[in-house]
Amino acid sequence: MTALVIAEHDNETLSDATAKTVAAASEMGGDVHVLVAGSGAGAVAEAAAKIGGVAKVLHADGEAYAKQLAEPMAALIVSLADGYDALLAPAGTDGKNYMPRVAALLDVMQISAITGVESADTFVRPIYAGNAVSTVQSSDAKKVITVQPTAFDAPAGEGSASVEQVGDGVDAPSVSEFVGEELTESERPDLSSAKIVISGGRALQSGENFETLIYPIADKIGAAVGASRAAVDAGYVPNDYQVGQTGKVVAPELYIAVGISGAIQHLAGMKDSKVIVAINKDEEAPIFSVADYGLVADLYDALPKLKDAL
Amino acid sequence: MKILVPVKRVVDYNVKVRVKPDQSGVDLANVKMSMNPFDEIAVEEAVKLKEAGTAEEVVVVSIGPEKAQDQIRQGLAMGADRGILITSDEDVESLGVAKILKAICEEEKPDIVLLGKQAIDDDRNQTGQMLAALMGWSQGTFASKLVKEGDKLHVTREVDGGLQTVALSLPAVVTTDLRLNEPRYASLPNIMKAKKKPLDKKAVGDMGVDVSPRLKTLKVTEPPKREAGIKVESVEELVDKLKNEAGVL
Ligand SMILES: Cc1cc2nc3c(=O)[nH]c(=O)nc-3n(C[C@H](O)[C@H](O)[C@H](O)COP(=O)(O)OP(=O)(O)OC[C@H]3O[C@@H](n4cnc5c(N)ncnc54)[C@H](O)[C@@H]3O)c2cc1C
Ligand SMILES: Cc1cc2nc3c(=O)[nH]c(=O)nc-3n(C[C@H](O)[C@H](O)[C@H](O)COP(=O)(O)OP(=O)(O)OC[C@H]3O[C@@H](n4cnc5c(N)ncnc54)[C@H](O)[C@@H]3O)c2cc1C
Repeated sequence: MTALVIAEHDNETLSDATAKTVAAASEMGGDVHVLVAGSGAGAVAEAAAKIGGVAKVLHADGEAYAKQLAEPMAALIVSLADGYDALLAPAGTDGKNYMPRVAALLDVMQISAITGVESADTFVRPIYAGNAVSTVQSSDAKKVITVQPTAFDAPAGEGSASVEQVGDGVDAPSVSEFVGEELTESERPDLSSAKIVISGGRALQSGENFETLIYPIADKIGAAVGASRAAVDAGYVPNDYQVGQTGKVVAPELYIAVGISGAIQHLAGMKDSKVIVAINKDEEAPIFSVADYGLVADLYDALPKLKDAL
Repeated sequence: MKILVPVKRVVDYNVKVRVKPDQSGVDLANVKMSMNPFDEIAVEEAVKLKEAGTAEEVVVVSIGPEKAQDQIRQGLAMGADRGILITSDEDVESLGVAKILKAICEEEKPDIVLLGKQAIDDDRNQTGQMLAALMGWSQGTFASKLVKEGDKLHVTREVDGGLQTVALSLPAVVTTDLRLNEPRYASLPNIMKAKKKPLDKKAVGDMGVDVSPRLKTLKVTEPPKREAGIKVESVEELVDKLKNEAGVL
């Protein structure tokens, strides 16, 4: 059996999630190849070749793949699918966008955001905001899978795979085009893979309070900043900070939840963190039921103290 | 323009579901069911486009049990014009749902299909993309803004790094994210009016679509329980514990 992992990248850097997806693919048994589709993403292809356990890297270079738009990505992946028993991608917004399209074109039912591999056809995935875990077996000849990267460890060791150019003559449908983007600029670590995350909720009350109370602590301990849906909806922080069932799933070494009540939709995105700290003035807040260390306090009093104590 | 809005009947987002002791699934007996929250956002957007004169007709469709009528009526009460219910006693997988929606698209010929980015029960996040693939149409997933510009639809998408805007040729499939709008509550007069709006019913077996399942659920179990830890008295104690007990600082 051979699996193809679709790399997640921005033409310059390869995401950590890609290596973790390779780990999931390796657990299915057999060879793992990686597809890097991008524009001028040669360095990414080189980086993919160094992931432990990768036998071959396929590199498709073309303007159509620069922004990972679903229509050309799916056309390319389907054109390469013949030689593979399984196609996998990290369950980020790119993979979630093009993989179901690939699945439908291949007449396959996708298995979404898996957190475990039982065998080459049986997988574990959370349902109902993580309140239940289902084990599903696929009868499709080819498997199309998105992987929840936080559930897997990147493979050990360094690979030295060959890089092969692919993708000539693939017809990219021209039904969509890229117009522009507004990317959140930040010097802080990436939320999905950071070792420490500090998140703020509705109780922060404003973007300025995030700036004066949360960001300085994040910078002092090298943490990424996250938020509850309420804080994002209110515009305190950008949309890509949302942690939860319908935002990003994170599993850092340390997760600090400040002024977040702990709704199930939020817990679904962070309850697999190694150590959870909750700071909330309501001692009944549900977040305390998952916290290793709970501090019942007013955040406006506790956060300045925390900054000084670190 | 005509807009088709698929809506799914799901467990209400406030319900904490329980796994059945025999591990065959979750217990949904007597549990409150609602329209999937992302689909409410989709209905709202479609109705807004109609109110703005961009769209002429909004059709709501659901695939599910007879009771999914309630969710269609809710869509009609929010301002959609008519409903289509494809009844099925069995759960239909996303690929099957997409195939049924394809058959409906071929008959209804909508310009835009607006649906939720994910159903909050299965959290699969795939039906819209699958439909776009089957129709050969463009797709704009995780939308936080929709603007019709000339003959294109500009969709601003919530992506991992921030926001991305794409221009789609029509017809197109768009899936909604949380920030697209705040769905309205249907007023009582509109709920009454909705009861008189047309609702077509068909059985899934009459659609001529193969919806046989590809996935088999072997078991459904409880997630590992996380034990509540301890309460600390002060910031100093917290920092001390994180450094010396947990070793994460
Ligand atoms: C379809 C759907 C999807 C959703 N997806 C997500 C998701 O992905 N992620 C997510 O987070 N939510 C999600 N939600 C929303 C979720 O249900 C909650 O509404 C949200 O998480 C609440 O955010 P919060 O904890 O910041 O706010 P609140 O629930 O209002 O909690 C604020 C907390 O701050 C505490 N507090 C107030 N003042 C202070 C103070 N001075 N000091 C210390 N503590 C204080 C309060 O005691 C309270 O516990 C979703 C909801 C729906 C319907
Ligand atoms: C209790 C329960 C048990 C289940 N058991 C199984 C099982 O054992 N095996 C299995 O494979 N599947 C099972 N399912 C899955 C289910 O029947 C379909 O896979 C599911 O309806 C497809 O939606 P999704 O969650 O994958 O949709 P997503 O792709 O997450 O939904 C995106 C959007 O698609 C639209 N949409 C999705 N479904 C419908 C619909 N039916 N009608 C109209 N619009 C829709 C909505 O706009 C929705 O917001 C179960 C579902 C439930 C509720």
